[in-house]
Amino acid sequence: MYELTYLKPKSLSEAAGYLASHPEAKLISGGMTLIPTLKQRLARPSHLVDIGHLSELKGITLQGDRLSIGAATAHVEVSRSEVVRKALPALAELAGEIGDPQVRNRGTLGGSLANNDPAADYPSAALALGAEIVTDRKTHKADDFFQGVFATSLEEGEIVTRVVFPLPRRAAYAKFPHPASGYAMTGVFVADFGSSIRVAVTGAGPGVFRWTAAEEALTRSFGAAALSPLSVDAEGLNADLHAPAAYRANLVKVMAIRAVETLQGARR
Amino acid sequence: MTKVQMKVNGRSVSADAEDRTLLSDFLRDGLGLTGTHVGCDTSQCGCCTVHVDGRAIKSCTLLAVQAAGAEVLTIEGLAPSYDPRGERLHPIQQAFSECHALQCGFCTPGMIMAVAGLLKEHPAPTDAQIIRGLEGNLCRCTGYINIIKAVKEAAKAMQGAPAG
Repeated sequence: MYELTYLKPKSLSEAAGYLASHPEAKLISGGMTLIPTLKQRLARPSHLVDIGHLSELKGITLQGDRLSIGAATAHVEVSRSEVVRKALPALAELAGEIGDPQVRNRGTLGGSLANNDPAADYPSAALALGAEIVTDRKTHKADDFFQGVFATSLEEGEIVTRVVFPLPRRAAYAKFPHPASGYAMTGVFVADFGSSIRVAVTGAGPGVFRWTAAEEALTRSFGAAALSPLSVDAEGLNADLHAPAAYRANLVKVMAIRAVETLQGARR
Repeated sequence: MTKVQMKVNGRSVSADAEDRTLLSDFLRDGLGLTGTHVGCDTSQCGCCTVHVDGRAIKSCTLLAVQAAGAEVLTIEGLAPSYDPRGERLHPIQQAFSECHALQCGFCTPGMIMAVAGLLKEHPAPTDAQIIRGLEGNLCRCTGYINIIKAVKEAAKAMQGAPAG
């Protein structure tokens, strides 16, 4: 790791001030991606501004039909939260499947979304649920927020503070994890809002995306049978030593069917 | 260099560290607590697992300054946390020994600290919960069978039930 200076602001505004005065600074929250990146010398920030402890970024609250979760909430807290388990159990289950226990004890919701790793779990939930990503400057719609590999609509120095999830009638996440890393080879989040269905896919492509053909088919007739005639074009999907694009294309359909079957099984 | 202070195994400690120093290096080089092992150094193997404020974390993936002011528990502090007189092993250590849940032993400190975290959440874990709970720890010798057995034995011992 290159030399750097660690800063621990006492408030969100102090954190924003540090970012403004140090253009080469980076935010750190759980650090589950950033610290390994620094150790490999793939990044060279002059300063790390730690926001993981800020109370302004904590807390899980239910506001009518919307669930608001602070950006610095660790995955373990989301997975165990009684509020989340009751209001949006698919999100609690997703959080409980990220990485491994030690990673879930440190990694945070805001960090995962801001990093937008194409194989991360949370972006699929945020996109399928049409979440709002709230920052210290404005509110981003999930449909505009995710912009491909590690890219988002966040501006330089903007800090994610909360994520607001509209509550669906029901939702489910099905993931084929990489057996070693736990990252999603492909993960599909299906959200049923009654009048509309949204299906978001992570791990398969260069960034999370909506599978609109599946959404239309499920809106016409909700069930695994509606998905069986569909196929996913492998063009542009990820291909690496773990799986070629055609394998991932098939996984999208298989995981979508599993998620829909979970919902049909009336588990929630 | 910054003076980094924290509570390690119940004692307040402080040592000089650069801001980029990892907690694992701080514990080993700064405090001489070499029971925390560094295996892969890439957040995968879990050998460096310690508890920070009661939660199992990989100390190679946390800066020492991030743990400033925190309560850290390492393998050296586990038995004294159970028996302050220091005469007995912690039930998890005892179970790993009795079940021969190791061969070379390199992963064992991290494995035991991960189990200590697992048993807080699941005091009587199923096989599936043990396997999922130890996903962050790799053992390259034993094949995990005796590790799973040891976790169950430890769980029984910690609940006060006779092992067997």
